[in-house]
Amino acid sequence: MNQAAADKGRLDFLRSPWVNTLGRFMALALVFLFFALMVEDGKFVSLRNMENIARQSAVYATAALGMTLVIIAAGIELSVGSIIALSVIIVAWVLNLSAVGKDGVTVYLIQQHPVMLPIVALAAGVFIAVVSGMCNGALIVGLRLAPFIVTLGTMGIFRGLAKGIAHEKDIYPPQDTWLTGIMDPTLTNPAKQWMLLPVGIWMLIVAAIAAALLLRYTRFGRHVYAVGSNEETARLCGVPVGRTKILVYTLAGLFAGLAGLMQFSFISGIGQPMTGVSYELFVIAAVVIGGGSLMGGEGSILGSIIGALIITILYMGGQQMGWPKWVQEMVIGGIIIAAVALDQLRHPRK
Amino acid sequence: MSESRLTMRGVSKRFGATVALRNVNLAVQRGPVMGLVGENGAGKSTLMKVLSGAHAPDEGMMTLDGEPYRPRHPLDARRQGVAMIYQELSLAPHLSVAENVLLGIEPTLGPFVRRKQAQKITRHALNQVGLEHVSPTAIVGHLSLAQQQLVEIARAVATECRVLVLDEPTSSLTRQDIDRLFALIRRLKAKGMAIIYISHFLEEVRAVCDRFSVLRDGESVGEGEVSQVGNNEIIAMMVGRQVDDLYPRNVHQAGEVVLSLHELAGKRKPASASLQLRRGEVLGIAGLIGAGRTEMMRAIFGMDPLRSGQVKIGLFNASTTSRGNWRRGAGMVSEDRKNEGLAVGLSIAQNVTLPKLRGLGPWRFVRPGRQNTAVKPWIEKLAIRCQSASASVSSLSGGNQQKVAIARLLHADVDVLLLDEPTRGIDVGSKAQIYRLIDELARGGKAVLMVSSYLPELLGVCDRIAVMCRGRLGEARPVDQWNEHDLMVAAIGKDEQAA
Repeated sequence: MNQAAADKGRLDFLRSPWVNTLGRFMALALVFLFFALMVEDGKFVSLRNMENIARQSAVYATAALGMTLVIIAAGIELSVGSIIALSVIIVAWVLNLSAVGKDGVTVYLIQQHPVMLPIVALAAGVFIAVVSGMCNGALIVGLRLAPFIVTLGTMGIFRGLAKGIAHEKDIYPPQDTWLTGIMDPTLTNPAKQWMLLPVGIWMLIVAAIAAALLLRYTRFGRHVYAVGSNEETARLCGVPVGRTKILVYTLAGLFAGLAGLMQFSFISGIGQPMTGVSYELFVIAAVVIGGGSLMGGEGSILGSIIGALIITILYMGGQQMGWPKWVQEMVIGGIIIAAVALDQLRHPRK
Repeated sequence: MSESRLTMRGVSKRFGATVALRNVNLAVQRGPVMGLVGENGAGKSTLMKVLSGAHAPDEGMMTLDGEPYRPRHPLDARRQGVAMIYQELSLAPHLSVAENVLLGIEPTLGPFVRRKQAQKITRHALNQVGLEHVSPTAIVGHLSLAQQQLVEIARAVATECRVLVLDEPTSSLTRQDIDRLFALIRRLKAKGMAIIYISHFLEEVRAVCDRFSVLRDGESVGEGEVSQVGNNEIIAMMVGRQVDDLYPRNVHQAGEVVLSLHELAGKRKPASASLQLRRGEVLGIAGLIGAGRTEMMRAIFGMDPLRSGQVKIGLFNASTTSRGNWRRGAGMVSEDRKNEGLAVGLSIAQNVTLPKLRGLGPWRFVRPGRQNTAVKPWIEKLAIRCQSASASVSSLSGGNQQKVAIARLLHADVDVLLLDEPTRGIDVGSKAQIYRLIDELARGGKAVLMVSSYLPELLGVCDRIAVMCRGRLGEARPVDQWNEHDLMVAAIGKDEQAA
């Protein structure tokens, strides 16, 4: 029986959250090492490239924070790319506001309020994303529809709205503002080196810590896991299931809105209504590679961020290796399946 | 024993270093029904999986009608004539009866199913199990649970089965359906089918089996003729010790009323239920499955809406949400452990503390360490066998899982405990512990409302018992005024008896 206990102990050790996270870090290191060795002249490990990886992955990672909550609660959020686009468009639209003066000359508000207007734009962009997320939650809870269906629908609705506001054209705000620069490189730009990291990445770090604490150390966090693991049990135990779900989707909207701000800066401050198409797939993939289970009840913030990094590195590394796009797509697809298959091996079903 | 239809000799099975079966012997003849009993975790299900080809034995051999029997997978076992009826039905609810009965063995012409012939075979099988009135084209999900079970048996009959294994077949059947099932088993036995009947309920084994075999910790520890031994002897073999005082009998001091129902009516059921439950009292609700007992519990607890009537917990009207009722000092254990009672993917600590996360950290925060320490006393008190408070509930046995569900009420420190089938599907040892706990809680001034379909348990544990019949709750009478026969009569109702 001692042998049995030892065996069981070893298995439990393999399933502990530390090994879990360590394994993902190792996968990340492996993928990184692969490209570091394979890309010529060590270009991959250059400061500029590392910074680019961080900037590119920040958008996915920020949106993945919200997706992690949703997936732990056994839901899915397909409209995340559309919400990112909607908030990008709203930011650009606000920055592009103009008024006709008494003398009949059109004046851009941004010229009159170079500091205030970006703040209004930021607030408006995040606000529309929060409202969008809340709509998702309210429809799912109120109409008792499957999250897949609701967010499949709102994916179209939000995208359409973004296009409508932009009149199906890109919006070019008249001048760059500080909001346009939140994702600008810092380490390779002496003027901004003191910041160490771009503002957007600092935002991601703060948001990630907040989300992790929220999940692990609050009643709401415990409720999210309970709803995802077994909704009936949660209801029996007096968990406000509907309220929890609405809050989860609202927060997913909030994080998508923050990702939208980053995306706006990343695409050089242009309001493109077609930005963020198919991001939902990258974001869901990041969460799943990070250990999230689509059956609910499992997932972690750190894991999802690692997932976002892995996907970005594969994407950028592939580009630098000169792989054609079709190869990149196949590799990323294969990695998603392999990651989840590995997870199940470690975590056998009863 | 050369005429045995099925024999198992020296069968052993290990999983890693865990020995699930050790040198098990079993011989089943055509005719006499073999009852297989044992506590949860005794190895019954592993034995059945070996028999059905889901697991290959490490040692030992099996024969079927004298020929070596080594099924490679479940379909192989079924083709050789060994059919299993599992505790949880294994039918595809969206498919028709015929599609289910012939699943995997469809009569085909090339790639096509020969529908006419499929229906004919199904029709014939249904007739044999007493389902003449069910059409082969009916959708299985629309049938009652009892009918679905008969469809499973029809599936076994359709394949000319030589050995039929029934694993806890009555766990979700009403009394009448059980009687019908037993009659069917006797008919099949008369036709010369070898039958293995697995059950926790010795009364059932006594009613339908001729021989019995006891498994304990993966070993065969005894067998014999059912008619020649008493229940206590069999139980002693199952648990390895004498269990003479399964039911603690202490005097309970009834205090003030803490739960009262006044003509409670739910959406569909119950039609009318009134009762008063006092502190220090255990009130049992008997009745047939489908009488509306679970619906009553759910309505009391705010899980289902009320149509009319009044529920008071303590001095106040009950809330319409379970959340509000936990706050009012009530808690409920669900009859459906897996689907509703527990979040099996989460840890013991998570499951236990879920209704009351307050006090486990400042403000609205929860400290995971505090969750674990808060649960430890309950793990010790209820003797929950686990590695730690952070172990996943799915790693526990059924009895220990049920204790986790009950620990939740203790952690929330509720005064009114609503227990719906608190001992369903758990082993005798855990049952005894739960009975003792209920007794202790009542002595400590808690009020317990307990639904059970197992009459000896109600008579053993409760102070008063009321019977629900077709949605109407009868008067609660002291337990010494009831016996099993009277309870059954009240549960079946007058009209039924006349008919």
